[in-house]
Amino acid sequence: MAGTAVTGKRVPIDSTDIGRNTVGAETAAVAPTKRQDTDVKVAVRAVAKRFDTRSGTVTALDELTLDIPRGQFFMIVGPSGCGKTTLLRILAGLEDPTTGEVEVGTATEGRPENSMIFQGDSIFPWMTVWDNASYGLRMRGVPSGKIREVVGHYLDKTGLTAFRDSYPHQLSGGMRQRVSIARAFANDPDVLLMDEPFSALDEQNKTLLQSELLRIWDETRKTVVFITHSVDEAVTLGDRIMVMTSRPGNAKAFVEVPFERPRDVLELRHRPEYGDIVYDIWQQLRDEVERSQQAQAAAPARRGRFGLRRGGR
Amino acid sequence: MVTSEMPAEVGTKGRAQRPKRRSGGRGRDSALAVLTPVVLLLVWELLVRVDAVDARFFPAPSAIFEQMLTMMSSGELWDHTVASLRRLFIGFWLGLVPALLLGVVMGLSRSLRAAISPLVSGTYPIPKSALLPLILLIFGLGEMSKIVMVAIGVFYPVVLNTMAGVLQIQPMYYDVAKNFGARRWQVFRTVALPGAMPSIMTGVELGAGLGLILIAIAEMVGANSGLGFMIWNAWELYSVETMYVGLLVIALIGYGLALLLGQVARIVTPWQAQR
Repeated sequence: MAGTAVTGKRVPIDSTDIGRNTVGAETAAVAPTKRQDTDVKVAVRAVAKRFDTRSGTVTALDELTLDIPRGQFFMIVGPSGCGKTTLLRILAGLEDPTTGEVEVGTATEGRPENSMIFQGDSIFPWMTVWDNASYGLRMRGVPSGKIREVVGHYLDKTGLTAFRDSYPHQLSGGMRQRVSIARAFANDPDVLLMDEPFSALDEQNKTLLQSELLRIWDETRKTVVFITHSVDEAVTLGDRIMVMTSRPGNAKAFVEVPFERPRDVLELRHRPEYGDIVYDIWQQLRDEVERSQQAQAAAPARRGRFGLRRGGR
Repeated sequence: MVTSEMPAEVGTKGRAQRPKRRSGGRGRDSALAVLTPVVLLLVWELLVRVDAVDARFFPAPSAIFEQMLTMMSSGELWDHTVASLRRLFIGFWLGLVPALLLGVVMGLSRSLRAAISPLVSGTYPIPKSALLPLILLIFGLGEMSKIVMVAIGVFYPVVLNTMAGVLQIQPMYYDVAKNFGARRWQVFRTVALPGAMPSIMTGVELGAGLGLILIAIAEMVGANSGLGFMIWNAWELYSVETMYVGLLVIALIGYGLALLLGQVARIVTPWQAQR
């Protein structure tokens, strides 16, 4: 497997410790031993991120080590300020880790390593739906016939075909996020990164988009790293969930989600196991959320994520 | 897409009611806009006819239009107008292109901004008309000095608004461009330029207005053609009607420019809600 290390250093992938820190055995329907056979898509090795601020160094991520197998829908839940967005930005290559390495195994030459679905409104207001959805392909110089085929397919899947010539301001928030989904899927990356893509949507739209996302994802079953602060969303969508500690961020627990694919988002929530897993994760998360709130109350001045981001090395 | 249609429907319902009221208001607005000057001209004409105002300073509108027709048929008005428009046109592009490039580059590069922006904002408050003697000294009495004056007028608002426009683009859009593999010039073309475009168009509108002011001033001092010269010459010949004709034509050019640039803005920023 060809690998590209984000930090520029190539590291051979060692898959022996996949599932090693899997917690919540009663929910682990898939045996950890079985996981060891699948190859690792994303390898995070002792990744730390520290920011220098006026009041000293803040550790956002504390030597996190993590393996995500190929084709897994991997969820990250954690209290705000636990460094989950920082981790995703490092995976996306938008930020460099202070120490440690990230490696993404690439399967095909010429295919982009990752594409991100950003939080909030990230589609370009000055481009039509079509131009937004085809953005990655156009930047890579993909032949226009191929672009028409691929983008046409994903606009169809997201129900945006009738809006292909509309501008974002003419669309609702849910429609705009569909464009963002189409843009990432059409780019056909090895790994899809999603940063709380539905957090700005109302409950109905959120449920609808979740099931649409799963339907589109089922076609290709790409590796997904999905950040959320919603435990429900994590259990609904994910194969495996990482619960993070509050700052400094690290893995607190890994929870396997036993539900089969394809899933029915609504039907899923009726199952008794669903409630058990949600309760389980909340148990893990409760202390962290409280700790994070105390930390924020103690230091209200440096609450802002943006104040911290500037101070990088 | 059942649920997603709901907000859209609500949206159109809200919209369907408003345009009705708005278009009625608009019709009345434009009627008023035409009516006011017409009434004013009639009052003016009347006041001159009954000798209530001094016809030497405020010649009757009918006399002004008569003079205008004479100048049009002799071709004199046409020649002056073309001379001014030509300088305006060339100067406009001479100021616009470097201002655009410099503005975008200053918006994108922190160090270039630090280096150049004191220079730009330091010279910006100088009244551009105060530069005229210096420009005449450097470029002589020929066409170039007038063109340069227009260019200076266009340059400042465009460079400052372009820089501000690039700076107000959300950092997230640059992240998106980077994540989707855009190279440097692609970022320039797909993010910086379109993102700053509304602000750039504001700068262009301001610059065109300033250019028109400066061309009139420049032509009064160092030219023997153009509308500015025509007005100044009329003062020396005590042909008050000609002065008013010059003012009227300049006003029409300014109005036409504003309409044209508004149209251009709609074409280059089609994503913006109607202004």
